[in-house]
Amino acid sequence: MKTRSRIGASLAGGRTRLDCIRSCAPIHVRQTPDGVYLVGGAAGPLGGDDLLLEIEVASGATLVVRSAAASLALPGSGRGPSTVTVHARVAPGGTLHWLPEPVIAGGGCDHRIFNRVDLAPGATVVWRDELVLGRRDEEPGRVESRIDATIAGRPLLRNLLTVGPGTPGWDGPAVIGNAGAAGSLLAAGPRLPAGPFPATALSGSASILALAGPGALACALAPDSLELRRLLDRALEMMTSPVPEA
Amino acid sequence: MPPDPERRALRVGVGGPVGSGKTALVAALCRELSERLNIGVVTNDIYTTEDADFLRRQGVLGDERIRAVQTGCCPHTAIRDDISENLEAVEELEASLAPLDLVLLESGGDNLTATFSHGLVDRQIFVLDVSGGDKVPRKGGPSVTSADLLVINKVDLAPMVGADLEVMRRDSVAQRGDRAMIFCSLRESDGAGAIGDWILSEIQSWAAANPVTKVIPAPKA
Amino acid sequence: MNLLLLADGRFPAGGHAHSGGMETAVAVGAVIDLKTLTAFLAGRLATAGLSAAGLAAASCTLLHPWEALDAEADARTPSPALRQVSRRQGRQLIRTARTLWPGSILDGLASFTAPAPGAAATPAGPHHPVALGAAAAAAGLEPLDAARATAFNAVTGPASAAVRLLGLDPVNVHRLLAQMAAAMDDTAHLAAEAASGPLSGLPCPGSVLLDLYAQQHAESEMRLFAS
Repeated sequence: MKTRSRIGASLAGGRTRLDCIRSCAPIHVRQTPDGVYLVGGAAGPLGGDDLLLEIEVASGATLVVRSAAASLALPGSGRGPSTVTVHARVAPGGTLHWLPEPVIAGGGCDHRIFNRVDLAPGATVVWRDELVLGRRDEEPGRVESRIDATIAGRPLLRNLLTVGPGTPGWDGPAVIGNAGAAGSLLAAGPRLPAGPFPATALSGSASILALAGPGALACALAPDSLELRRLLDRALEMMTSPVPEA
Repeated sequence: MPPDPERRALRVGVGGPVGSGKTALVAALCRELSERLNIGVVTNDIYTTEDADFLRRQGVLGDERIRAVQTGCCPHTAIRDDISENLEAVEELEASLAPLDLVLLESGGDNLTATFSHGLVDRQIFVLDVSGGDKVPRKGGPSVTSADLLVINKVDLAPMVGADLEVMRRDSVAQRGDRAMIFCSLRESDGAGAIGDWILSEIQSWAAANPVTKVIPAPKA
Repeated sequence: MNLLLLADGRFPAGGHAHSGGMETAVAVGAVIDLKTLTAFLAGRLATAGLSAAGLAAASCTLLHPWEALDAEADARTPSPALRQVSRRQGRQLIRTARTLWPGSILDGLASFTAPAPGAAATPAGPHHPVALGAAAAAAGLEPLDAARATAFNAVTGPASAAVRLLGLDPVNVHRLLAQMAAAMDDTAHLAAEAASGPLSGLPCPGSVLLDLYAQQHAESEMRLFAS
């Protein structure tokens, strides 16, 4: 199935208002007091699915997006890979927190994730990606997860993680080793700490990297999704404690 | 980019086998000369930043004057065949501490064939010690034969290790002709005095041969 | 012949002092023998190797402003330690290459990356793959050659470090390199193909472990290699 969903947030009377929600199965968008929740309305993504979610945060607005549960990528019936594309644009002074639950690479899946985050100058983003390598005792399928973040059109972060069958060396000592879950957290925007962060701030298997452009990236490997979340939650705290205005 | 020639310092390489006293010599020279000269040090110790720490502990040079360079297990490569890392370190020191008069570049401990590239240093000192045996100068090797100054250290130990200093002197002269050679004991308080004088005179002669380089301060009274 | 010169481990541009993450991988016990070395090199080639090869090939086309290439390299190098290493090696490569192949290409790159007067004490320097691509162009080579040299170095540098650190049989390690020749060629072709498109489409495979190793290495007291 090929669908296109959309969330738009703007500032009205000093408060953020969701002025545009278009949700298509299997992604349903629900508004709650602590943010917008994506609710999976059907199994998947399945092979052959091509899902696009567009997010637009207008100047001054703050949008927090979460999901109700992890999404499980599964093979379809010979209809090619499944693809989920998220394209977010944040205007000056806007803030987007993208904090969904992990993607689980189910056995035999062939899944692609494309995250595109375009920030205007003065925009703030916190963007979490978590990938769990298979369900319990399951060999994961293949997943490509790519993020392209720009600030004012200039590249901030371009990173692709590929795991699973047919990927050279992915579970070896130069990529993710024997981790059961891998994740990252990108934080960029005014008044966020710029680092440098000590190499051992989190643990031996996670680090907060000060990017060249304004922003930082926490990357973490863990045996399972719980430990991964624990590491990234600590990173989130360190990376988003506001720096007082000078 | 190479720095402005006017702030280029004399670059002196200090080589020699492990334990012969290279670091002790660098520390002694810094103590001896730091009031008269603006000095930077690059150290290539292959195991840790131990040498740099030693210099810091001696209190002769501030951290900003010391650069540690890793050589990927190949100390001779870094001073002879591929001098890029060391050249970078020297130029960074010169750029950040300009104007420098002297950069001492200490090699990691190596064998008798290790020499510095002329692209990296202007003068080289090779340090031997008597406990390695009095036959070492006779063995020759590029380091012994071509160093601008041969330092034979730990002469105070000569009687204990049965080293004949006269044999070492004779063999060195045979290998080196009239190139400079200094016997010393760096453990003693003014053990590096003669070596410091040698460096001062080399700075003078090098400056004379390279007139764009600024003139060094007059020796203290 | 220029390709052989540029890719040679004896090319005097500081390469011998870098282990490409191998020193830390050995220190933490992740690479211990030929089998784990094989997996390390395969992963490194497919991630850091491909990413660097794409940048080198794009640089060699001479179609892009240095500033845009520099930004793309920065965006593909989240680890500050690796960015520093990359610029340091780039600086050293340009220094040597300008003597070998003087001319406007490398002069242009050098002047782009020279620190502004009165700027930070640490001079910048071009990212290593960008410098390598420019050096390849100055030597009259093609983007595919630049990608080849980069892919080759991405594997042979850490392999040589492993021989020194683990005392592996150098003949066995070279047999492994020969077995990887096709993969290195494939990587170079992928990179060169991507380099004919826009910079944003250059490969950007990352490696979490290489980033983690680099940060640990930069803070380590026990170092034989510069990275």
